Parts: sequence; C-alpha cells; structure tokens
Amino acid sequence: MRGRRIAVQLGCIAITLFMAVPLYLIALAALSSRRSLNEFPLTLLPTDVSGETMSTFLRSTGIAGGLLNSITVGLSTVALALLIGLPAGYALARRAFRGKDAYQLTLLLTRALPIVVLSVPLARIFLSTGLYDTTYAVVLLHTALALPTTVLITSAIFLGVPREQEEAALIFGASPLAAFVRVVAPQALPGIAASAVFTFVLSWNEVLGASILTLNRRTLPAQVFTTLADSPLAFRFAGGLALVLPALIFIAAVRRYLLNMWGSTLR
Amino acid sequence: MTRRRPRVPMAVWLILPSLLFMAALFLWPLVVGVTQAVSGPDGPTTAYLRRMLDDPYFWQATRNTALLIVVLLPLQFALALTMALLLRQRPRLAGLHFYLWVVPLAISDLAAGLVWLSIFTDRGYLNSALEHLGAGSYSWLSFEHPVSMFLAVVVAELWRATSLVFVILVAGLQGIPRDYEEAAAVFGASYWQRVRHVLLPQLRPSLQVALILRTILALEAFAVAQALTGRNLPLLVGETYQWYYTLQNPNVATAIALVVLALSIVAAIGYLRLMRPGPEVTG
Repeated sequence: MRGRRIAVQLGCIAITLFMAVPLYLIALAALSSRRSLNEFPLTLLPTDVSGETMSTFLRSTGIAGGLLNSITVGLSTVALALLIGLPAGYALARRAFRGKDAYQLTLLLTRALPIVVLSVPLARIFLSTGLYDTTYAVVLLHTALALPTTVLITSAIFLGVPREQEEAALIFGASPLAAFVRVVAPQALPGIAASAVFTFVLSWNEVLGASILTLNRRTLPAQVFTTLADSPLAFRFAGGLALVLPALIFIAAVRRYLLNMWGSTLR
Repeated sequence: MTRRRPRVPMAVWLILPSLLFMAALFLWPLVVGVTQAVSGPDGPTTAYLRRMLDDPYFWQATRNTALLIVVLLPLQFALALTMALLLRQRPRLAGLHFYLWVVPLAISDLAAGLVWLSIFTDRGYLNSALEHLGAGSYSWLSFEHPVSMFLAVVVAELWRATSLVFVILVAGLQGIPRDYEEAAAVFGASYWQRVRHVLLPQLRPSLQVALILRTILALEAFAVAQALTGRNLPLLVGETYQWYYTLQNPNVATAIALVVLALSIVAAIGYLRLMRPGPEVTG
C-alpha cells in the first residue's frame, strides 16, 4: 500500500515535469540576451536573465499593433458572443419550444465545423462587403466559433439557478426582465465570467482565420505566424512566451470554476 | 392574467439572433465555399479538384495528417487516462498538479510549436542538455531525419492537447460513484480489474466525446508543424494556407478545406457507429 502511494506521487511528479519544464525553458529562452542565445551549449539555469530579447520583440513592426488588435478582437468577441448567446442559452434552459432538439443538435454540429472551411469563403464574402482586413471581420469569425459553446455553457449555468426563486420574484410582481437581472443574473455571474474567459482564450489563440482574413490589422498570433519564416530564433522564442503567458493567467482565473465543475475528486 | 398571449413565443425572440448569426457565418460561407471549389469563371469545373489531386504536397499532407492522428491519439488517450486515474488516487499537492496539467488548455498550437522549437532546434535546449552530458547533438528537425521531425510534432501535440482529453475524462470519472469500485474491491477485484471492468465501461460516453473532438481537432492541426519544421512536414490545413496565401489560389484552398470537412464528418460518424453500446452494456 505504501509502495503504491509512492508510485502515485512519482507518476504525478513525472507528468507535472513534462508539462512544466517546456514552460520553464521557453521563459528561459525569451528572457536570455541575444548573446547568450548564440552560445552553445545553452545554459539550463537562469544565470543571465535579460529583458533584451523581449523588448526587441515588443518593438518589432506589427507586434504592439497586433497586441492591441488581439485585445480589441478578444473583448469585442466576448461582448458579441454574450449578447447573442446569453438569451439563447436562457431560452434553452427555461423555455420549451418546438425544434429545441434540432436547435441543440445544430449547435453541436457547428461546434465541430473546422475553422478552415469557413475562413477562405469568408475572406471572399468580406472582400465583397468591405469588411476584409478589419478587426470586425475577425470578431465576426471568432464570435461564430464561440457562439455554440457560449449558448451551451450559459444554458448549463442557468439550469443551475433554482427556478423557484425566479418564479417567486415574478409572483411578487417583478417583470421577467427585472426577475432576470435581480435574481438570476447575480447567481449566474461567476459561470458567465468563466464562459467569457473561455471565449477570450479561443479568440486569443486562433491563428488561421485571423491570418486569412487580415493583411495589416493582424492579431498577435497571426502576426507572429505570418512572419515566422523570416524571423530570427530569438524573435520566435519571445513570441512563444508572449502567447503562452496569458494562458497561465487565464487558467488560474477559471481554475476555481474548473475545480467546481470537474474537481470534486480533489477535495 | 388578462394580458393576451403573444403570438410569437418569447423563446423564438431569444434564439432568433443566434440562428440568424449562425446562418450568416456558417451556412453562407459553406455554400460559397462549395461553389468556389467546383466552379470557375466559365461555369462548373473540376479543374481545381484536379489541381489539388495532382499536387504531390496534397498527398504528403494527407499521409502526414493521417499518420499524426494514428500515432498521436492512442498515446494521448493512454496518457490522459493515466493522469485522470492518478488524480483519482488523491495525491498530495493535487491542486498544483491539476493546474499544471490543464494549463495547455489555453495554449494555441502555434505557441506549443514555438515552445518545443526552443527544445528541438539544432542549438536548442535538448541538444544543449545532451552536450552537457557529453552525448553530442542531433538535428531533430532536419529534413533528412523525417522520423525525429515527425516525433517532435507528436510530442508537442501530446504536450498541448492531452489536457482536453484529461478534463473530459476527469469529468466522466466524477459521475461514477466510488461505491461501484468499492463493491468490486470487496469481491476481490484487483486494481486493474476494477479499471478494466468497472471504470472503463462507465467512461464510454466520455471517451466517445473526447475521441470525436480530438480527431476533428487533430485534423485541423497545422501551426505546430509549421513552427517546428516549416513546410518540411506538410499537414492538410497548412496546405490550405499555402494555397490561399503563397499560391494565391482560394479555389484550390477551399477544395482542400472541404476534404478536411469531409474527413471530420466521416470520423465523427465512424466513432458513433463503432462505439455504439453493445447489448450487454445497455440498461
């Protein structure tokens, strides 16, 4: 029994190392000076930490703009996906309507649709409507990708809010909107926030569509991706760290929610 | 209640915006895409499809994509299942382990490619470590070493995308009462017997969802290979991008995209058929 406990601990540590060491190494590479990156063999310990590589990266053409575009696109996608998706999620959780099953099936199917099938035709549609190479184009694509998940997640969240409380508010004379805003929304808020984080992550990470739909107004990953072939290694490492860093924060932000949703084994 | 019942139910108003939005951004591009692939300036044509099929890169990309799925998925599911079972043993520092195991959920395949580039590149960390140990270095990503190049992509994808399977399996395991396992243990089942005959059958729906999702997502992988190998290891979606961007031919690009869509549909239907519960498990 004791041997088994130790084996379990060792297994966990091995997998954690597999997950964590690459993160450590990309941070090490991106925080080394260009001179020490040219040495071989590279040092595996942070003996020569410098912001030189990162600051060169951030000052390169298109990077600051790309960062700004990424944030704009991400936040707009979150807003638009919630604006369209929340009411649908609420309807799915609370109302019976004809075609409900068909609607849910459509959501599941669209979630499985490869991004690449949409991107190239959308480029043509956006070219003819004047939306090509704007952040709006990318926002529309990302909202489409996030919408099915937003509807499904928010409907699951609304199902978790007791129906009786909402009905009580209605009986005491609140309008449906007031009942929603004052009773349902506060309880659903943490879940909605987590769903917003998921949407932002999806938009932050999406490379292909953003690269195809824009030329000058690129998001950060699209900018890094399209200049990949012509950029020095140091630039690529810095780009890698810039793309990975938010992931650590996003997951830490929704970790509590992940644990609530999936983690009762951890208690 | 004296108010007249509205003619259109409220639910319709609530879901209508999402339906319109999805029609505009899924259905319309899909129709445009099919038209793009099979018709040119002079009406219907198979020229683009033939051009796609005549391109040697297309067949290489198809082969590599298929090979990636066949090699990656079994490894990924074995690792994810191990991780989920380890966590079910309530190890020490479970919260920390869990956090680091799910961090890759928020990492894109481009970022994963760049992370592993720092390790596998000629003057990278793997060769540096080997050099420190006196073992000499190796060109992992060189065109002349297709096997190690392919394995580098497999490792990067294993690192990035296993967390999705892991999370789905952990969620599935939560739904299985511990009583089942304890009952089996009372009747003398060993740990492996309990995993094989109690946990795995109960996990079937989670495994099915994870398999479908992961296959479709693996069909879409491309930036990780691009970041690690350039075009030395072409994948299907990467070829779409090549045709669209470098070769400026959106028609062939959509043709390849439709192949990806067709493969996704075939894979999804295949798994649903294959994993339909047999008569002995139902009930």
